[in-house]
Amino acid sequence: MPSDETLREMHHQMVRIRLFEETIQKIYFEGKTPAFDIAAGPVPGEMHLAAGQEPVAAGVCAHLRPTDAVTATHRPHHVALAHGMDMKKLAAEIFGKDTGLGHGKGGHMHLFDPATNFGCSGIIAEGMPTAVGHALAFKKQGRDDVAVSFFGEGAANQGAFHESLNLAALWTLPVVFVCEDNAWAISVPKEKATAIANNSDRAAAYGIPGVLVPDNDPVAIYEAAGEAVARARRGAGPSLIEIKTDRLLGHFEGDPQAYRTKEELALLKERDALRAFERRLIDAGSLTAADAEATWTRCRTEVDGAIEFARTSPYPEPAAALQHVFA
Amino acid sequence: MAVRTLLESIRETLAEEMRRDPTMIVLGEDVGRKGGVFLTTDGLWAEFGEDRVIDTPLTESLIVGASIGAAVNGLRPVPEIQFADFIFPAFNQIVSEAARLRYRSNNAFGCPITIRAPYGGGVHGALYHSQSVEAYFTHVPGLKVVVPSTPYDARGLLRSAIRDPDPVLFFEHKKLYRSVRGEVPDTDYVVPLGRAQVTRPGDHVTVIAYGLMAHYSLEAAELVAGEGISVEVIDLRTLRPLDTETILGSVKKTGKCVIVYEDNRFGGYGAEVAAVLAEEAFDYLDGPVVRVAGPDVPGVPYSHTLEDWFMVDPDKIAAAVRRLAAY
Repeated sequence: MPSDETLREMHHQMVRIRLFEETIQKIYFEGKTPAFDIAAGPVPGEMHLAAGQEPVAAGVCAHLRPTDAVTATHRPHHVALAHGMDMKKLAAEIFGKDTGLGHGKGGHMHLFDPATNFGCSGIIAEGMPTAVGHALAFKKQGRDDVAVSFFGEGAANQGAFHESLNLAALWTLPVVFVCEDNAWAISVPKEKATAIANNSDRAAAYGIPGVLVPDNDPVAIYEAAGEAVARARRGAGPSLIEIKTDRLLGHFEGDPQAYRTKEELALLKERDALRAFERRLIDAGSLTAADAEATWTRCRTEVDGAIEFARTSPYPEPAAALQHVFA
Repeated sequence: MAVRTLLESIRETLAEEMRRDPTMIVLGEDVGRKGGVFLTTDGLWAEFGEDRVIDTPLTESLIVGASIGAAVNGLRPVPEIQFADFIFPAFNQIVSEAARLRYRSNNAFGCPITIRAPYGGGVHGALYHSQSVEAYFTHVPGLKVVVPSTPYDARGLLRSAIRDPDPVLFFEHKKLYRSVRGEVPDTDYVVPLGRAQVTRPGDHVTVIAYGLMAHYSLEAAELVAGEGISVEVIDLRTLRPLDTETILGSVKKTGKCVIVYEDNRFGGYGAEVAAVLAEEAFDYLDGPVVRVAGPDVPGVPYSHTLEDWFMVDPDKIAAAVRRLAAY
C-alpha cells in the first residue's frame, strides 16, 4: 500500500493531467466552430485526450525516475506529465510553437523529451521495439534504469507486441509493458478484435509475469507496477501489465462516438476514477477536503501558466522545417 | 598493402571498429556463432563474445527497433539484415523511427545505426534472395544509403557509416563478396559519404552506376573502347546524399548519359538521377538520358535463362552506350 504522501502525489498528478487536458480541450475548439474545421485554430490537427486513463500514468510513473525510458502512444499527455515532462514545453509543442519540445515539428502525439527519456508515436505499437532497445542498452551499460512501454489494447494484436515480448523475455531485459486497455480501438471494441479476454494472459506465451488490473484503481495499478518495475530493476526481466481503464471521451476530439450509447458514456462519467480516488482518499483520511481543494487550485495555476507560455511563444520560422534532418 | 575480397574487407572493418569503439554491437540472424550466412561477421563472436555479437531471433522489426532504442542510449548498433529481401518487416522501424528521430525531436535524439544488408541478383537466389531494395530507402529523407563496389571503398565507407551520427543503410552486393579483390591499405582511412568516384575517364558518354553494375559498366566501357567510343564511368558509392557535383560535371562534359541499375526500371533509383540531369544539365545534353535497368517483373526469376534475361550485364550496357553514342 502506498504511503499517504505517495497517494497525495498520485492524486496531484491525476488532477494536473485532468486540468491540463480539460483546458487543452476547450482551446482545441477555438476557431473550429460552427463548422468543425480540424485544421483551424491555435491547436490544429487531431487531439487524443486521456480523460479516465490518469490512474495508469499516476500509478506506473510513481515508480520511475527521469533516466528511465518511457515510450507512449498517440494519446500521450497523461504519461508524459506523470513522468515529469515540462508542462510548458508540452503545451508549447501542442500549440506548434518554437518553444515546444520539438519546436513545433511534432505536435501533441509526437513528443520527445531527452530530460525524461520520453518518446511517443502516432503509429500503433511503434514504441515497443525501441523500448526493448532502451532496455538492451541499460543492461549492457550496467545501469539499473528500466524501460516502460505504454500501448493500447489494440496494439497487442500487432506483430511488434509479440516480437517485443519475446525478445525482452529471451534476453531478460528490464522492460515493463503496460497495456492501457480502454476497450476501444477507435470504434472497434476489444471483443471484436482480440481473440482472448485478457492480454495479460499472453504473457504466459513468453514465460513472463502477466498481471491484470481489472478496475482502473490507482492503488492496484501502483502495486502491480511497483512489482514489475522492481523486478526489472533488479535484473529479473520484463513483465506485462494490463489495466482495464476508461476512455471517457471520443477517440479524438470531435468524434461523434455513434458506436457507443449515451448510457455507456454516462456510466463511464459516473465512475470517473479521479473523482472516485479523491473521495476515497478523503474518506480514508489520507487527504483533507481542504488539501484536495488546494491541489486543484495549485494545478489550475500551473496549467494557466503553461498555456500562457504556449500562447505567447513565437511560431518557428518556416525555414526551421529544413533543420535537423541530419546531425 | 594487402589484397582483400569485398567480404574480407567488410569483416575486418567490423572487427576494427569494434576494437576501436567499445559501444559498438553487432546483431542479427546467425551473425554470432555461425558468423553470418555469408561469413561476413565470422570471427567477431570469438573475439568479442556474445555480449557484443548477438544472435537474434528471426525478428527484423526488433533487430532494427531494438537497435534504435539502444542507439538513443549510447550504444552504436550495427544490425545485419540477412538478405535485403528480408528488410520489409523492419521497414516501419527504419522509415518511421530511425529516419525521423532526429527531425521530429528537433535534434534532441539521434540514431547512429548502420544497417548492413546483402542485396542483388546474379547468384540464382531467386524471388526472395535477389532483390535490390535501395530505391525504397533513398526516397526517405533522414536516411543515408551506401553501396560499395570495391574492397577499398567498402572499408572506407563502412568506417564512415559506423562513425556517422545518423542512420545509414549499407547494401553489399552478394555477387561481389568473393568475386572482387583489391588492395586495401592498413591505414585508418575513410571514404566520405556522399562522394562519387570517376572510375574511368572518358569523353563521349557518361555511365553512372553503383554496386555490381559499377563493375559491369567498366567492362562495357572496355567493350566499346575499340569502337572509338570513349566512356566515362562514375561509381556513385553513396546513393543518398547524391553527389550531384560529380555527375553534373561529367555529363556537362560528355553531353550523354546512361544510368545503370539492377533494380526494376520503373521508379528505380536511376529515375531520380535522370531527373536531376534533366533539371540541371538540360542545356548540355546531346541526347536522351538513358536508363539500363532490370525489367519490370515482381522478382528476379530463378532459372538460368530467366535470370540471365533479367540481369543487366556488360553487353546490355554496351548496346545502350553504342545507341546513345550514335544519337
